[in-house]
Amino acid sequence: MEHTEAAPHAEHATTTGIDHRKMLIWAFLGSECMFFGSLIATYLVYYGQSISGPGPADVLDINTTTVSTFVLLMSSLMMVLSYSAISKGDVKRFRVWILCTAILGSTFLGFQFFEFTEFAHHHQEFECPPALDRPAQYPDTACMDGATHYEANYGLTPRTNLFGSTFFTLTGFHGAHVTVGVIWLLSLFGYSFRRRGEDLIRDGGLNVDLAALYWHFVDIVWIVIFTVVYLIGVTVA
Amino acid sequence: MATIAGVFSRPTRPTGIWAWISTVDHKKIGALYGVTAFVFFLVGGLEALIMRLQLARAEHGIVSAEVFSQLFTMHALTMIFLAIMPLSAAFFNLVVPLMIGARDVAFPRLNAFSYWVFLLGAFILQTGWIVGSSPNTGWFAYAPLTAESFNPSKGMDFYVVGLGVLGVSSVAAALNFIITIINMRAPGMTLMRLPVFIWMTLVTSFLLVTAMPVITVGLIELYMDRTFGMNFFNVDAGADVILWQHLFWVFGHPEVYILILPAMGIISEVLPTFSRKPLYGYPVVVLSGITIGFMGWAVWSHHMFTVGLGPIANSVFAITTMFIAVPTGIKIFNWIGTLWGGSVDLKTAPLFAIGFIFLFIVGGLSGVMHAISPSDAQQQDTYFIVAHIHYVLFGGSIMAVFAGIYYWFPKATGRLLSERVGKWHFWLTMLGMNLAFYPMHFLGLDGMVRRNYTYPEGMGWDFWNMVSTIGAFILGFATLIFVHNFFRSLRKGEISGDDPWDGRTLEWSIPSPPPEYNFAVIPTVHGRDAFWEQKHGSGHGVHAPAGGAYDHDEGHGIHMPSPSILPLITSLGLGIAGYGLVYSFPVAILGAAITMFGTYAWSMEPATAPDEH
Repeated sequence: MEHTEAAPHAEHATTTGIDHRKMLIWAFLGSECMFFGSLIATYLVYYGQSISGPGPADVLDINTTTVSTFVLLMSSLMMVLSYSAISKGDVKRFRVWILCTAILGSTFLGFQFFEFTEFAHHHQEFECPPALDRPAQYPDTACMDGATHYEANYGLTPRTNLFGSTFFTLTGFHGAHVTVGVIWLLSLFGYSFRRRGEDLIRDGGLNVDLAALYWHFVDIVWIVIFTVVYLIGVTVA
Repeated sequence: MATIAGVFSRPTRPTGIWAWISTVDHKKIGALYGVTAFVFFLVGGLEALIMRLQLARAEHGIVSAEVFSQLFTMHALTMIFLAIMPLSAAFFNLVVPLMIGARDVAFPRLNAFSYWVFLLGAFILQTGWIVGSSPNTGWFAYAPLTAESFNPSKGMDFYVVGLGVLGVSSVAAALNFIITIINMRAPGMTLMRLPVFIWMTLVTSFLLVTAMPVITVGLIELYMDRTFGMNFFNVDAGADVILWQHLFWVFGHPEVYILILPAMGIISEVLPTFSRKPLYGYPVVVLSGITIGFMGWAVWSHHMFTVGLGPIANSVFAITTMFIAVPTGIKIFNWIGTLWGGSVDLKTAPLFAIGFIFLFIVGGLSGVMHAISPSDAQQQDTYFIVAHIHYVLFGGSIMAVFAGIYYWFPKATGRLLSERVGKWHFWLTMLGMNLAFYPMHFLGLDGMVRRNYTYPEGMGWDFWNMVSTIGAFILGFATLIFVHNFFRSLRKGEISGDDPWDGRTLEWSIPSPPPEYNFAVIPTVHGRDAFWEQKHGSGHGVHAPAGGAYDHDEGHGIHMPSPSILPLITSLGLGIAGYGLVYSFPVAILGAAITMFGTYAWSMEPATAPDEH
């Protein structure tokens, strides 16, 4: 283990013995619970209330999102490893793991970007209506020559329906939180090159600990979103 | 580190205006909060006076219906978010570290950041007056009246962004005070030895931290609808506009307690001091405050009795609302019990405190009347409700604020406010307050609907409306007397000495005004009413290092956090981003970049500059 000269352990001049900043991040996460709680509540209130499609079952792809969920959860593991490394004063390992965390977090964001784009351009197969009832706007060419089905854009944007508005706002704000987290992680990575990471090792790796708490929280929120919006969500059209 | 990210040099020992801009001292920030909030209190009062002039006579034509709508909306927003809340924050800042024996708050720069964000949020909220379209939907902004199609002016955008920015300020400040109170108490200051004002600050801070995100989500949804054409409150897409009402009042009712709990804390400090008795039933008062904090979450739908939520919801919320009157009533009895048998010294501060008890009982009783949902169906949207909220917010919060100002002014400035002028202020306030608001009970019961810009003759409302207007102007005059007293006493007031009231809590044990580091020696606390104990028992003291999140100095001398302009820069970015969200996204991105730069510089800047050691 590389031994960096750690700053002398700071006196904890606090009433509880817990560092102010650690208490701050916990209280802040409490506030965040209310934030995501309200967004999820809105989603649930409007669940199944859209008067036009597409609904969750039409666009959500459980397989793809399972992969991205796995990626995000693994990033939490990397986070734990990087915190473990820094609390032992091992700056080199810390750099490896924190970079892994940030990469996995970015991968999740990439999935989300792909997913959002995919939803907007979603196509679906529709049954051709009987020829006589066919209104003008149907793509006539698609239903010619006795075809029984045709394909058309059935995309979901934030403006499409209630599902679109609630889904994109909820997952979008989660994505924004992940983005902030990735920036935070990369900042810590960059910071570890300053004075050979002394500032990060100080206080038992508190600076990393704070980011880790935030990161795990964002992951836990995703577990709730994945369960509520995706796993339970697709069971009802 | 002499430079911040190599761009700005850090201010060292600044003077003049620069000292205020870069301050991280909780006392100075408290003064900034107090003065700013009082200016907005005057603005809100002016709005009220214009409305009262309009309503003084039937079919008066001083303002149009549209301007009247903007006036009552901005009056409420200004008084709630820009006057009472920051006045409470002023007391938190000024008093909390002094009362718990700390040298500053846990995060001094975050504290400065909260103030600057508050100021910018206030500007954004008030921008409507400059561009000619203020919010006009009432402070509750019910959907779908707020939709782009029904309300195309920028007013609602200022509402959304302004309240959002103010929310950031409130949450940052509340987090700071939670950590300060839990983590920075003097040795021996256990939770059950905390002054009641500190307890109420703690409960209020928890309410802020948990309630603000809920309204933030509501505001985000409204913003999405207005700016990006989403469907959260779009009835054509199947939206349920009641969702907004729930989100708003789930925040809005805890907000009511955010406004009144600090007031109750102030009263619980003023009354024992001037009765020369400990607070009667301290544990019960504390527990009642905590109970109110919890129960504040269980009563929100009483704002929605006439929405049609059904008999079960209405009954449940009627019962919880009546129940929350119990801890409030307990507190009232405890305050009366404190006065009972005490040697009461009727200075101005306790006069305002006793005025609070009197007026708050009136407002509380009409509150229980609205709690009965069938009765509320009659009172909804009438002046009866206006009477109620002014008895609890003016009669409650503002009376307590004045009690607090007369009580702590000598600690903050070293001079006493004039008692003679103070008595005039008090009695004129009592007269004006009751003349202005009591007749509204009659008007409401006679069916006068609130928020209407005028009313026809011959409804039997003319007399009481005129009385109310006269009362409002007396109230305005009384407030001017206070302003005079404030400025005069600031320069010529009697020198107060450290402990003019024979105080009970630690802030009276140090010089007035307190030195930058507050306590030369951190006191050790041996019981409730620590300073009283110290004066009449055996006082002990120990040396302890100064506060500040990063200040881990080993305790040789007192190192206070150094001044910093980064809180201002960081919050300026937020303010620019706020205007950007209303007018143009590139500006919003610029603002966000400034905030991000500020955050980085901030995290690289030590709380205490090493070169000052």
